Amino acid sequence: MQLHDIWFVLIAVLWIGYFFLEGFDFGIGVLTKLLARNRVEKRVLINTIGPVWDGNEVWLLTAGGATFAAFPEWYATLFSGFYLPLLLILVCLIVRGVAFEYRAKRPEERWQTNWEHAIFWTSLIPAVMWGVAFGNIVRGVEIDAHKEYVGSFFDLLNPYAILGGLVTLTLFTFHGAVFASLKTVGDIRVRARKAALGLGLVTAVLALGFLLWTQADKGDGKSLIAMVVAVLALLGAIVAIKAGREGWSFALSGVTIAAAVAMLFLTLFPNVMPSSLNEEWSLTVTNASSSPYTLRIMTWCAVIATPVVLLYQGWTYWVFRKRIGTQHIADAAH
Amino acid sequence: MDLALAPETLARWQFGITTVYHFLFVPLTISLAALTAILETAWVRTGKEHYLRATKFWGKLFLINIAMGVVTGIVQEFQFGMNWSDYSRFVGDVFGAPLAFEALIAFFFESTFIGLWIFGWDKLPKKLHCATIWIVSIGTILSAYFIIAANAFMQHPVGYKIVERDGVKRAELTDFAKVLFQETALVNFFHVISAAILVGGAFMTGIAIVHLRKKRHIRTMRTSLRLGLVTAFVGTLLTVVSADTLGKVMYEQQPMKMSAAEALWESEKPAPFSIFAYGDVSEGHNKVAIEVPGVLSFLAKNNFHAEIPGINDLNKEAREKFGPGDYRPNIPTAYWSYRWMIGFGGVSMALCTAGLWLTRKKFWLAPEHRTGADEIPKLMLTKNRELAPRIGSWWWRLSQWTLIFPLIGTAWGWIFTETGRQPWVVYGVLRTEDAVSPGVSQGEVLTSLIGFTLIYAVLAVIEVRLLLKYVRQGPPELTEADLNPPTKIGGPGSGKGSDSDSDADADRPMAFSY
Repeated sequence: MQLHDIWFVLIAVLWIGYFFLEGFDFGIGVLTKLLARNRVEKRVLINTIGPVWDGNEVWLLTAGGATFAAFPEWYATLFSGFYLPLLLILVCLIVRGVAFEYRAKRPEERWQTNWEHAIFWTSLIPAVMWGVAFGNIVRGVEIDAHKEYVGSFFDLLNPYAILGGLVTLTLFTFHGAVFASLKTVGDIRVRARKAALGLGLVTAVLALGFLLWTQADKGDGKSLIAMVVAVLALLGAIVAIKAGREGWSFALSGVTIAAAVAMLFLTLFPNVMPSSLNEEWSLTVTNASSSPYTLRIMTWCAVIATPVVLLYQGWTYWVFRKRIGTQHIADAAH
Repeated sequence: MDLALAPETLARWQFGITTVYHFLFVPLTISLAALTAILETAWVRTGKEHYLRATKFWGKLFLINIAMGVVTGIVQEFQFGMNWSDYSRFVGDVFGAPLAFEALIAFFFESTFIGLWIFGWDKLPKKLHCATIWIVSIGTILSAYFIIAANAFMQHPVGYKIVERDGVKRAELTDFAKVLFQETALVNFFHVISAAILVGGAFMTGIAIVHLRKKRHIRTMRTSLRLGLVTAFVGTLLTVVSADTLGKVMYEQQPMKMSAAEALWESEKPAPFSIFAYGDVSEGHNKVAIEVPGVLSFLAKNNFHAEIPGINDLNKEAREKFGPGDYRPNIPTAYWSYRWMIGFGGVSMALCTAGLWLTRKKFWLAPEHRTGADEIPKLMLTKNRELAPRIGSWWWRLSQWTLIFPLIGTAWGWIFTETGRQPWVVYGVLRTEDAVSPGVSQGEVLTSLIGFTLIYAVLAVIEVRLLLKYVRQGPPELTEADLNPPTKIGGPGSGKGSDSDSDADADRPMAFSY
């Protein structure tokens, strides 16, 4: 295994980390409208991710930065090619971060409801857009001999990619509902479980469709294994939440995300962005990567820093391990 | 196509707007994180309540500010790929690594521990809670270092070689330590951090004065005033030293930028420092110029008689080296941004340095003029002589009104250093016009330029109004819970079966919730 192969795996790991973590906080954002019956319940949901959403988002920045450093051509083609979808994601992430931080800083009801609408939409839109983006990467887009994307914005909105977007949306929302049942107490916890069950079934149908399509189109033996793991884990997560085993369910919905992302990366390899115009023009782990010297430095940094990050992020979840209920939301501190 | 709307021009405007806007939050975040950490440490060590009130007050302003810094920073990470894809392809091998390091080392620190700090008041013992804000502070400083090292490569590329791969040239890293620790990076970092200290000091001073002038929260604000003034003074000293060092380094590395800053058209020996100039760029000379002889020679070379190369000669030299073209940056922009940087910074330097002396507690001060912790400090000129009240009241007012002057100065500083490097994006290696994304259309850039500008404008209004609200509100009253922080990690009700975890404790509202 060469360094650029290792970095292909590491980039996949970063995206898995991002979708696993931000997946449930996107889900929580969407659920503020689907699950909460009143303002206090909305706040309960938001506060389950309060201390951690920002740290979760850094996985995206790291994935972006690591792609820049390890595969500059991939970074350049992807981000300039998917310009408008990415712009939409960025705008959402900007507003979303501010919405979390500022929502409670004024007591006026209009101020707060405006930010609540913002939280819902800015969680929902990126959850869809990431699926669309990855669907397109896997499917292959119009890349010319100079590694430039030459397709249009509307080329990105094809049925396969849109199905991918629906899968990430439902999967993240399911993952979020399971997280909510794990982190809350009282009435909302019961409803979170019920919602998770329904969402799980919808996700299962969509995900199965998307993954089978992927497998039929691009798959091989390895991707088939990843697909089977993803599907079994998803079914396991649904069974577990029905049985009231919230911790197990959350772990399994996490495995679903990890295995599904792994499957997409497995179908890509050794490409990183296949060209639909000419196979020769595809970006690969070799023609898109940095020099071995840069990759070696990056590997040292990743090997040392990542375990430390996991350690203290894990510790954060332990510090805030207590479940939250409506009784924990102070009336005065609007 | 109309030149004003060329994709390169639009992409540059977008980069300028989003970056200057992002940077408005950066120095304030760097300094307020450290100042909040200092105040919390004072509370942990002394147990004096006004330190905790000050921590909560400044911590709130810090949070309102860092929220904007974080979200506008996301754009920065992606913008190179979106709008400058040819730049990214060309330098990614060198430039990407510090960015990845920044995310992996600094961003995770900041974002994870800021969550612990915000929500941790009733979850962490106070020493541990205090440690989290220190880690945030370290994160902000590390983050600044990595991005400045990356920027230093654009100002003065080192530690790379040009390699041809698949028929395309690109820069490849040969010495990462050189990129990270080259003089340009160290001196730039020194200058940015010094300026950030000044920004925070002037900000804290100004806001403390808002309350002191209204005779509110005197205890807390008096402490804040002194901390602000000391910080601003330290920032002043460091900024002056670092500016001098940086100026000399820049004269070595980018003489064109520095001569543009002085509108020094022809080489002169000795060269004067320009106070005011009005000139004609196309003809290449000044029509009006007010100058101090010899000073520029001294600033650039430590010698009042040294020869300093002029813009016209440097341009000719560059043509011989790089081929035909115009190698001058926009001279009026360079000239005036340089002056605004120094001017805005200088005003606060003077006011805060004066204030540090005038409000001193004991040093060279007759006992009858010393003021207590609950009084507003007198402005004492000498041991027994108070500053005339009319002048004194102007000091109070000006120091309040100029609270964001250094911040404006830092924005001009970046405008100067980035536009002054033009037409290069990587000095002497890659031109800005060759760096832009070829596949991104004019319409797309226009969409994002307008989109970002509008959203940033709306958020600026929201942010400033929120800051004003919390500034006016003043430090919060402390609650029982504030004064009795938890003694174990996780807070009450999170353990299993210990005696103290009564139901009432477990159901206690969170100390902070969104």
